[in-house]
Amino acid sequence: MNWKAFLAMLARDAHVARRNFVALLFQTFLQPLMFVFIFGRVMVGSGYMPPSYKSLLLPGIMAICMVGTGIWAVAMPLIAEFQFTREIEDRLLAPMEISWLAIEKVVAGSLQALAAGLMVIPAAWLLLRPGVDLHVPHPLLFVLVALLVALFSATGGLALGCSMQQTHIGLMFSLIVAPMIFFGCTYYPWSALEKFPLLQKAVLVNPLVYASEGLRATMIPQFPHLPLLAVVVGLVFFNALLLLTGLRNFHGKSVT
Amino acid sequence: MVAGIRTRDLRKVYNSAPPVAAGTGGFSFGAPKPKGKGKQPKPEIVALDGISLDILPGEIFCLLGPNGAGKSTTVGVLTTRVRPTSGQAFIGEHDVWQQQVAVKRLIGVVAQRPNLDFSLTAREILTFHGAYFGLSSQERAKRAEALLERFKLTDRADQMVRGFSGGMMQRLSIARAMMHDPQVLFLDEPSAGLDPQTRLLLWEIVREYNQGGKTILLTTHNMEEADALCKRLAIIDHGRVIALGTPQELKAAVPGGYLLRLRFGLHSPDFLLRLQALAGVREVRANNSNGADLYADRGGSLVAEVAALASGASVELCDVHISEPSLENLFLHHTGRSLRE
Repeated sequence: MNWKAFLAMLARDAHVARRNFVALLFQTFLQPLMFVFIFGRVMVGSGYMPPSYKSLLLPGIMAICMVGTGIWAVAMPLIAEFQFTREIEDRLLAPMEISWLAIEKVVAGSLQALAAGLMVIPAAWLLLRPGVDLHVPHPLLFVLVALLVALFSATGGLALGCSMQQTHIGLMFSLIVAPMIFFGCTYYPWSALEKFPLLQKAVLVNPLVYASEGLRATMIPQFPHLPLLAVVVGLVFFNALLLLTGLRNFHGKSVT
Repeated sequence: MVAGIRTRDLRKVYNSAPPVAAGTGGFSFGAPKPKGKGKQPKPEIVALDGISLDILPGEIFCLLGPNGAGKSTTVGVLTTRVRPTSGQAFIGEHDVWQQQVAVKRLIGVVAQRPNLDFSLTAREILTFHGAYFGLSSQERAKRAEALLERFKLTDRADQMVRGFSGGMMQRLSIARAMMHDPQVLFLDEPSAGLDPQTRLLLWEIVREYNQGGKTILLTTHNMEEADALCKRLAIIDHGRVIALGTPQELKAAVPGGYLLRLRFGLHSPDFLLRLQALAGVREVRANNSNGADLYADRGGSLVAEVAALASGASVELCDVHISEPSLENLFLHHTGRSLRE
C-alpha cells in the first residue's frame, strides 16, 4: 500500500472541497434547513405539528444531510470523471493499486458527510430552538453510528457513481435518492409506520432507515426507535455490500 | 535503470464496441448485460491480433497506423488500462499485468484525449501529480516550475485549466507525464490538433527527453512525425504488425519507392511504353492525356533520361515532381489503402 499516494489524493480532494466550499455549503444545507424551518418552526409554531416533532426531525435531517453529501461528493465526480472529463485517469496511473483510489474516494466522501452531519446539528438546533430535546447518553455509540452513516453515504456514492451513466443522473435522483429519503424514516420514526405493516417491513431494505433510526437512537433515545443492534448490523451489512459492489464496478470502469 | 518494452503475442478481443482511444481515455458504459439462456452471441471485435514488439531501452519507437488499427489499445495494455485477452507485456523486467504498481512507477502517459484535472490550476496539476509519485514538496515545486517554463505555460500557471486551449492542454498533459521523470514515456497521438509551431516544440522536447536515456513509445497516423522522430517504427493495421524497422529500411523496402509525376505537352501510348523501358522504372500510369505517374526505384537520376527520351520523341516535358520514398507509399503497398483513409 502506497500511503504517500493515498494521502496525496486525499489532500487533492480536500483542496478541491475547500475551493468549492461556499457552493458545497449551499448545496448541502439550504434544502434541509428550509425543511427544518417550515416543518419544525412554521408548522409546529402554527400548531399543525406537535412540539415534539422538532426533536424527532433533527436526527432525520442530519441523516439526509450526511447521505446527500456523501453520495454527491463521491458519485457525481466519478460519473463525470470516468465518462466525460476523464480527470481520474491521472490518479489511476499513480503507483498504487486502483482499489485504493476507490477507497480514498470513500474516505474523502465519509469525511465530508461527517462534516456536514456535525455542522447541521447546531444550524438546525438554532433554527428550531427552543424545544429541541437532544440527549446523547452514549457519545461513543453516537460517534460509531455517525461513522457508519458517513461510510454508508460514501459507499453508496461509490456504488452509484460506478453504475450510472451521465445521462441517468436525473433518474438516479428521482428513482433512487428521492424514494430512499421519503421511505427512509427521515421525516418520521420507523414506529410511525405501525399502521402500514407491509410498508413497515418493506422499508427495511432501505439502508437510510438504519441511518435515521440509528441517529435517533443515539441522539433522542427517549423516542421510539429501532434497536441499536439492528441498526449497527443493518449499516455494517449495507456498507459491506455497497463497498464490494462499488469496488467491483470501479474496476470494471478503470480497466477495459 | 533504463527500461525497454516487450510484448509477446498480445491479443485483445472486445465483446462490445471498443472504447475510443482504448484504455487511455474511453470507457464503455455498460448497457445491462443480457441474462439467461438463448441470448444473442456478443459480437467480437479483435483489436489486437498477436502483437509482438521489442522496444529497446532508450529508443524512440513509433506505432504508425490508421484510426482503429490497435495503436491505442496497445498503449492501453502497456499502461495497465486494458486487460489483454492473451499474451504478455513487459516494461523493463516487470510484467505489466502482474506488477502493475511497479510498472506505473516507470511510466508516464499522455492520453489521446485531454484528461487534465479540471478542478486544479496548471501548477497544481503538476504538483499533485508529483505528490502521487511521492516527490517532496520542494522537488515538486522545482520540477513544476521548470516544466511550466519549458512548455511555455508560466504565464498561465496559476489559472484553472478549464479555459485553456487544446494546444495548451496538450502541452500541460505532456509536462505532467514528465513530472515524475518516468523511464518510459507513452505519447498517444501527441500532436493531434497542435499548430505547426507547437508540434515542433513538442518534437524538440521529445528528442531532448530521449537524449536523457528515456524510452519513448509514440503513436501517430502522421507519417511526417514518425519519420522525423522515430528510430524504429511498427506499422499496425487491423491489430497486426505489418512492417517493422527504421523509417529508412521500411521506405527502401517498397518496390519503386520513388514517384515521379510528369506532365507533358501531349504524350502517346507508345511514348509511355518507352518510359516503362527505362532502367529502374517499375510502373507507368497515364494521367489524362498529358500526365504520367512513374513509379521507380530511383528519383532525380531518372529526370535527365526522361527529358532526353521526351526530346528524342518530340514530346514537350512541362513539369516534373519527385516524391521521395515515403511511409505512406509503404502503407499503401502493404494494405492497398492510404493511411488517411
